[in-house]
Amino acid sequence: MANEVVDHSRRRFLTAATAVVGGVGIVSAAVPFIKSWEPSARAKAAGAPVTADISKIELGQKVDYAWRGLPVFVVNRTKEQLALLPSLDPRLTDPNSSVDQQPSYIKGVDRSIKPEWLVVVGICTHLGCVPEFVPVIRPESFDPEWKGGFFCPCHKSRYDLSGRVFKGVPAPKNLQVPAYHFVDDTHIQIGVDPQEAG
Amino acid sequence: MSNVFTRMGDWITERSPGLMPMYRKHLSEYYAPKTFNLWYYFGSLAMLVLVNQIVTGIFLTMNYNPSAAGAFDSVEYIMRDVEWGWLIRYMHSTGASLFFVVVFLHMFRGIMYGSFKKPRELVWLLGMMIYLALMAEAFMGYVLPWGNMSFWGAKVIISLFGTIPVVGGHLVEWIMGDYLPADATLNRFFALHVIALPMVLLLLVVLHLAALHEVGSNNPDGVEIKKGPKGNRWSPLAPADGIPFHPYYTVKDLFGVGVFLMVAAFIIFFAPTLGGWFLEHDNFIRANNLVTPSLIKPSWYFTPFYAIVRMFPAMFGTAVWGVVAMFGSIAVLFALPWFDVGKVKSIRYRGTGYKVALGMWVFAFFGLGAIGTDMTAELIPELFGNVDVTFWENLFGRTMVLIYFGFFVFLWFYTHFGWEKTKPVPERVTTHD
Repeated sequence: MANEVVDHSRRRFLTAATAVVGGVGIVSAAVPFIKSWEPSARAKAAGAPVTADISKIELGQKVDYAWRGLPVFVVNRTKEQLALLPSLDPRLTDPNSSVDQQPSYIKGVDRSIKPEWLVVVGICTHLGCVPEFVPVIRPESFDPEWKGGFFCPCHKSRYDLSGRVFKGVPAPKNLQVPAYHFVDDTHIQIGVDPQEAG
Repeated sequence: MSNVFTRMGDWITERSPGLMPMYRKHLSEYYAPKTFNLWYYFGSLAMLVLVNQIVTGIFLTMNYNPSAAGAFDSVEYIMRDVEWGWLIRYMHSTGASLFFVVVFLHMFRGIMYGSFKKPRELVWLLGMMIYLALMAEAFMGYVLPWGNMSFWGAKVIISLFGTIPVVGGHLVEWIMGDYLPADATLNRFFALHVIALPMVLLLLVVLHLAALHEVGSNNPDGVEIKKGPKGNRWSPLAPADGIPFHPYYTVKDLFGVGVFLMVAAFIIFFAPTLGGWFLEHDNFIRANNLVTPSLIKPSWYFTPFYAIVRMFPAMFGTAVWGVVAMFGSIAVLFALPWFDVGKVKSIRYRGTGYKVALGMWVFAFFGLGAIGTDMTAELIPELFGNVDVTFWENLFGRTMVLIYFGFFVFLWFYTHFGWEKTKPVPERVTTHD
């Protein structure tokens, strides 16, 4: 067995093969650890749809509902507020909601199923803070021509009363509209599309 | 005549012959330049704070409950019911802020005296990795009390990753293990904060010191004592301008420790929140995922970087730019040895352009900090009355961002093309026999 000649190519092959097999092993072994950080079955189950009674929401008032731990704003908008929305178009980043931030059945300046009812996820599209509801039409320190809407205290992003984002603020997109449908005139279910509900 | 201690020493040396050489290499025969000034306290102070954080941290875990339901109450329990719990917790929270104070000063010393330059680039890189690990450690520790600022701070910082196109949304859920910061998030942050990151930090500190002791310490003159004359009182082979780290610098550092502990004790006993700077008022309110604090600002040591995020508007349908710039602001620091390629190390012998640029850079760092802490939003209306605050804040902030990054670009041109008019560097450190 005392062979003095070293077969270098054979050695290189064996070294490379060992390294590759070992590397594949390490990567495969890492998968369960990385996957363990995904939302657990319990966390996923907690993301079930929520039914909200909106009959008690006064005109011009906003109520928050929790869905998947996210605040969902439901606003009962007045006629005057709705009438002002088209006039804001030139100041907005995405006035026609062309960016995918809403289900396909949400269209137009009012971004809703029934114009008076705004349903949006109250999470700023910049870095996830909850914007404040500032419905009063009056000059504000953050916007001298304020026509009512949402103002994020974290980085001063502004949205109108349809959750459409203003130009020149850090937030890139309009507020997200969740899937929802009207169960009847006074109840909405958040998390389920109208066609899913039948 | 050997007493019990020398016999014990001999017994150990026989069985582990590597210990005494290690002690000599790193302490009693580590020859450091004899001209260390005040700026050289902060490395050893950083190690002192690290030890403080580990010791107080271990004792905090004995009463802390890492769950969304129990965390806030357990911190209040530590503060009110655990004997001396308030002291241990305030030592930990004050230590966290002071850690950044000494690390910032330590880093500035390195920049000012060119300690990051050849042959110490690796020392600098390892140091920057410590800084990065420290930021992760501080962020996760800040989440643990599960106050409202913990919760929203976590949400905002994690959402930074959500701005990454395509994978961002899923990445955020992966980091949180839920659709919002929740029990899963708190638990994994606890694990990382008390086990994973401290181990990484300790390992990096060992490597940082090992790399430093290989090449030797720099000094305020930026001259290489190893290249100077040989022979001092202790060894004919050691650099003439070096003195043994122990006992000379251990004694000097002990004096620094004394002064530092007095400052730390004053804060711990008389102003543990430091007016909302070290512990924010909104964090004494339980985490509430439906109510954002009216003003979300990170701990003071993150504010300059946080301000950079704010200064970038969304462009092309994504908010990723500010985040890229923020990570870029750390990345350029890593690359400093390759931006500043001037041969002269110390600010003492560098050109006027360098001094002006460094001054402006420090100003920009503080300016961005002022924006990040919302000081500018309060100051602008006070100073200039009814003006468009957002406009002026953006103008000021974007100028500061430009200066921050411009510093590195300037350094490259300034040193690469030999535009710098340096003064002659002495052969040896300025005070020697």
